[in-house]
Amino acid sequence: MFKYYGKYAPYLFILPSAIVLVIFFFIPFFQTFLLSFLDYSHNIYKPEFIGLENYITLFNNPVFYKVMWNTFLYLIVAVPVLAVFPLFLAILINQKIKGVTLYKILIYLPVIVSIVVAAIAFKWLYADQGILNYIVTKLGLEPIGWLTDPNFALYSVIIVTIWKGIGYYMIIYLASLMSVPKELYEACDIDGANFLTKHLTVTIPHIMPTIALVTTISAISAMKVFAEIYVMTKGGPLNSSKTIVYYIYERAFENLDLGFASAMAVVLLVIVMIFSLINILFFERNKYQI
Amino acid sequence: MKGIKFKNLYAHIILIIVSLLSIFPFIWLISTSLKGSSENIFAYPPEIIPTDFTWANYIGVWDKVDFIGYFVNSMIVAGGTVILNLILSAMAGYPLARMEFRGKKITFFAVLATIMIPFQAIMLPVYLITLKLHLVDSVNNLAGFIGLIMPFAVNAFGIFLMRQAFLGVPKEMEEAAIVDGCNVWQVFWKVLLPMVKPSLAVLAIFTFIGSWGEFLWPSIVLTKESMYTLPVGVNNLQGMFSSNWRFIAAGSILSTIPILIFFLCMQRYFISGENEGAVKG
Repeated sequence: MFKYYGKYAPYLFILPSAIVLVIFFFIPFFQTFLLSFLDYSHNIYKPEFIGLENYITLFNNPVFYKVMWNTFLYLIVAVPVLAVFPLFLAILINQKIKGVTLYKILIYLPVIVSIVVAAIAFKWLYADQGILNYIVTKLGLEPIGWLTDPNFALYSVIIVTIWKGIGYYMIIYLASLMSVPKELYEACDIDGANFLTKHLTVTIPHIMPTIALVTTISAISAMKVFAEIYVMTKGGPLNSSKTIVYYIYERAFENLDLGFASAMAVVLLVIVMIFSLINILFFERNKYQI
Repeated sequence: MKGIKFKNLYAHIILIIVSLLSIFPFIWLISTSLKGSSENIFAYPPEIIPTDFTWANYIGVWDKVDFIGYFVNSMIVAGGTVILNLILSAMAGYPLARMEFRGKKITFFAVLATIMIPFQAIMLPVYLITLKLHLVDSVNNLAGFIGLIMPFAVNAFGIFLMRQAFLGVPKEMEEAAIVDGCNVWQVFWKVLLPMVKPSLAVLAIFTFIGSWGEFLWPSIVLTKESMYTLPVGVNNLQGMFSSNWRFIAAGSILSTIPILIFFLCMQRYFISGENEGAVKG
C-alpha cells in the first residue's frame, strides 16, 4: 500500500497519548524509585537524600512483614477460589438450560456495583448483631467479631473481594468455553462419560490458558485491593487486615511519610511487574503481537 | 432423557443459590433502608420484609446529602474520562496499526510496559505531579475535575483495543478515500473511525464503568465535599450518620440506581463474553 501520510503524521497522532502516559505513568514510575531514597519526615518541603535507609527501616518494621503476610494470605485464599469456582459456574451455565441470561445478570451484578456500596453492604451483614451472627448463633456457636476480631477481619474482607470477582471471571470462562469443539463432548457422551470425567478430560485441558490467565489477573488485582479495606476495617484491628496498598496509602497520605511509603510502593511495583510479565509473556502473547 | 433433566435440576439449584448469594447483600440493605424507626433493625430473627414499611429514610438522606451533586460530579468525571479515552486511544491506535514510522517498535513496547505499572504503586508521585500542575479542587472546580480525569485519560488497554480494531479494517477503504482526495486526518476521522464503532462502544462502556466506580484516586485528591463523586460521597455517609444504618443503607441504594440502570440497558456488552477482559473493572 502506498504511503499516503506525511512524515510527521504518526507522531502527531500518538502525541496526545504520549503526553498523558509520560506525565502520569512514566515520570511517576521513575519518581517512585527516587522518592524511596528521600526522607520527608523532618521537613515535607525539603526532603533529604538518605540512600537505602527507607528500605532498611521498612525491612526492620514488623508491620511490613505483617502486611506482606496478609497480602500473601489474600492471594492464597482469593486466587484459587476465583480461578476454580467461576469456572464451575461457567460450565453449569454453558449447558443448555433455561434462564441463563437471568443467572448471568444476577451473578454479574456485584461486578458493576461500586466497591464502596458492596463493602458497606457487607459491613452491615457483618455487624455484631447482624444477620450473619444470627445464623452463627442459630448454629449454636458464639457470635463472631467478623470485622473486629483479628483472627477473622482479613478473611471477612477477602470474602467481599471474592464475591465481587466471581461474575467477572465467570464471563471470561464462558467466552473460553464457547471455543471448545462440540464434537469432543459428543464423543464423551457416546463413551458414556459422566459430568466430572467429561470436564476433567475435555474442558479443563482445552481452556488451560484461560485458567492460567484468570489466575494471574486475579492475583494482580488481589495485590491491589484498597477500597474494601478502607471502607470496612481501615486495616485493623491490630493491622490484621492491612495489605500493601492500604499500607502505602496510610503512610503516604495519613502519616505523610512519603519516602517510606515509596519504598513500600517499589516493593509492590516489583511484585506486580513480575506477575504482569508472566501474564504478557505466557498467556496474552497473541494479544500484544507487534 | 430423565437423567438429563435430573442433572439440570442440580445446575438450577446451584445457580439459584449463587444468584441469591450475589444479590443478598443488596436485598438486606434495601430491607434495612425501608424499615421505620419503630422497627428494630437488629431484631432476631431478622425480618426481610419490613413490618414498619416507610420511605422516610430515603427522604431523610436525600434532604441531608447532595446526591444530585455527587451524581453530576460522577457524570462529569466519567463522561470526560470516556471522551478522552475514545479520542486518545483511537488516535494512538491508528498509526500503531496502519503506519510505518521510526520508533514504532519502541512506542509499542513503551505502551505495553504501562500495563505492568499499577496505579496504586505510583499514586504518590501522580498526586505530587497533579499538585504541581495545580489540577486540584482547592484551585478551582474545573482544575479539580481535570485532575480527577487526566491520570485516566488514556491507557494501554484502550490503545491496544483500538489498534486491534483498525487492523481489522480492509486496506481498500483507505486507498479509496485517498483517491477521493481525503487527507490523513479525514481518512482517520471520516473513514476509519466509523468502521470501528463497535470497539469504540466497548471501550466507552468499560471505561465508563471503571471511572464511575473509581474510589482511590478521588479520595486522595478531593478536598471539597461539593466535588465528591458518588463512591466518595457514599463512603462519607458512614461518617455523617455514624450508626444510623437506615440512612446509610438508603443512601447506598440510592447511589446504586444510576449504574444499575446503565448495566441493565447495556447488559449484553457485559455478559455476552465477546468483550472478555476488554478492560478490567
